[in-house]
Amino acid sequence: MGILEVKGVNKRFGGLQALGDVNLSVKENTVHAIIGPNGAGKSTLLNCLVGKLIPDSGSVMFDGQSVLGRKPHEINQMGISRVFQTPEIFADLSVLENVMIPCFARRDGAFRLHAYETVRKEAGIREQAETMLADVNMLEKRHMIASSLSRGDKRRLEMAMCLVQTPKLLLLDEPTAGMARADTNNTIDLLKEIKAKRDITMCIIEHDMHVVFSLAERITVLAQGTPLVEETPENIKGHPKVREAYLGEAQV
Amino acid sequence: MLGLERKDTLLLIAVAFITLFAPIILNPFPAGSALAQFNAGYPDLMQRFVIFGIFAIGFNILFGLTGYLSFGHAAFLGIGSYSAVWMFKLLSMNVIPAIVLSIIMAGLFALVIGFVSLRRSGIYFSILTLAFAQMSYNLAYSVLTPITNGETGLQLTLSDPRILDGASTGGLPVTSLFGAEMRDTTTLFVGPWSWDFSVGYYFCAVLMLLAFYLSVRIFRSPFGMMLRAVKSNQQRMNYTGLNTRPYTLAAFVISGMYAGLAGGLLAAMDPLAGADRMQWTASGEVVLMTILGGAGTLIGPVLGAGFIKYFENIFSKINDGILHQWFAFMPDGLENAMVAVIHPFIGKGWHLTLGLLFMLVVIFLPGGLVEGAQRTGRLFRRRDKNADHVESDAARQRAAAE
Repeated sequence: MGILEVKGVNKRFGGLQALGDVNLSVKENTVHAIIGPNGAGKSTLLNCLVGKLIPDSGSVMFDGQSVLGRKPHEINQMGISRVFQTPEIFADLSVLENVMIPCFARRDGAFRLHAYETVRKEAGIREQAETMLADVNMLEKRHMIASSLSRGDKRRLEMAMCLVQTPKLLLLDEPTAGMARADTNNTIDLLKEIKAKRDITMCIIEHDMHVVFSLAERITVLAQGTPLVEETPENIKGHPKVREAYLGEAQV
Repeated sequence: MLGLERKDTLLLIAVAFITLFAPIILNPFPAGSALAQFNAGYPDLMQRFVIFGIFAIGFNILFGLTGYLSFGHAAFLGIGSYSAVWMFKLLSMNVIPAIVLSIIMAGLFALVIGFVSLRRSGIYFSILTLAFAQMSYNLAYSVLTPITNGETGLQLTLSDPRILDGASTGGLPVTSLFGAEMRDTTTLFVGPWSWDFSVGYYFCAVLMLLAFYLSVRIFRSPFGMMLRAVKSNQQRMNYTGLNTRPYTLAAFVISGMYAGLAGGLLAAMDPLAGADRMQWTASGEVVLMTILGGAGTLIGPVLGAGFIKYFENIFSKINDGILHQWFAFMPDGLENAMVAVIHPFIGKGWHLTLGLLFMLVVIFLPGGLVEGAQRTGRLFRRRDKNADHVESDAARQRAAAE
């Protein structure tokens, strides 16, 4: 039994079958990659996991509970955090505040009217946020406004915001999309570091095979909304079905 | 002090100082002098400064922090006024119960209107709040006449029950705070100057200081941080396990209650409530005040409110006669030409001046008057620093020479 169990999920947009009978099982404490050509339904699948989309049929179980019909913030409170293709951060706030907000969310839940206390007095939250920032080597940038960070640092900050919540499952939507080689390698190192330091399950959607083969322990290949194979990286490389999905008719 | 950082405490003390000594500060010109018309230190206007200050402080909690631009806040101002007048009619001329009811009623209406309007954001939210406010205005004018007394406006009458005060003898009673009448004014004459200290003004001023203090607390609280996060990125908030809806609704209700307090105070100073208080121009005015002063800053809305009310009451009173007096030293033709040029900007044309000023602020100082003040401050500080550099360079050269 995996921490995330997707069974028979279907999703249609009008005439387009975006997901057809998707089954997926992500085991605890592994890095699981979902790959596939453009339009394979990777992002649709991810959106079904975080509550942005609701599948037409099928079930999505996380940690023994169904996530279907729950709002994104409820799913996050269950222990799923998400990293976006372009970093989604609080651009107008300072780096430290960016990390403090998830700490508050973890401690106080989805809403609390703490209008009379001052942020300054929240030493525990502040310490937690600063430890996290030190962990991703951003402590000295804590007073900067997040919008002034470099793209790589924004990505780092977003990871810190997700990790400080100690999620059970971290979903990453093309974390290296549009990055230069050096930045991509930095991100890979960061993710490896994160994985080495804590017990966390990661599910990565990725285009870049270099990233996938550097990180993943299991790989699911998605094509036209259906999973083709689920294998270890070694077995995926030469797999005929994968070649077919990426290169069309295999006449190699 | 008071759970605030040093910077905020200083700001609070400065604001307290200015409001408490406003009757003196706002009357810099001797009574009877040519410039006396620029004196703003009369009770009626000072009360408006602080009451609209409260209105704008509350509006800023919604607009400045969350970025949700409400175009219907005057509805809460009107509801506050009507509630207060009803309290004067039914219960007592004491202002405390009146103001308490104003705040509660405005809060309840804000809860309902906010619940519906906050389903949308951006321009759609603005339009929804505008629609609600116009609905309230038109209802107050027509259908709800039994409650609002329609066009005439709600007023005190001799036949009001006033359960606690009993039947008053002769004339209409006046609003008071446990016996201290709101209209009571002591005038102090110092040389050619005269300063008015009114009970009503000080009552409003103390409430404004309280309202300002609470808004500072909200700005510096985790709740305030969440509201800024709403403005910055709602998507990230949702995926961080935070429900944005109750945060925005709480901000909406709080700012509605501030507006209710302001409306209640308007009625407490002058027990009369008309539907025009809810009109969309009144809603627009508080938007102007907040943006002119600096949305999202602590002191900006108060500055903006003071600025606009000063223009409305002082600038609008300058007429051609006064201009002729000012330019009397010029040759006749030139004098008339000057008066003709300035004429559209003064008196009834004060809106034109205000409009131009507003445009200049929005284009060149997007952070409002507060940004203007900060830039000026920085300019001076930089000059000081440059001076230091020059001096230290000189010192180094001297040291090298020796």
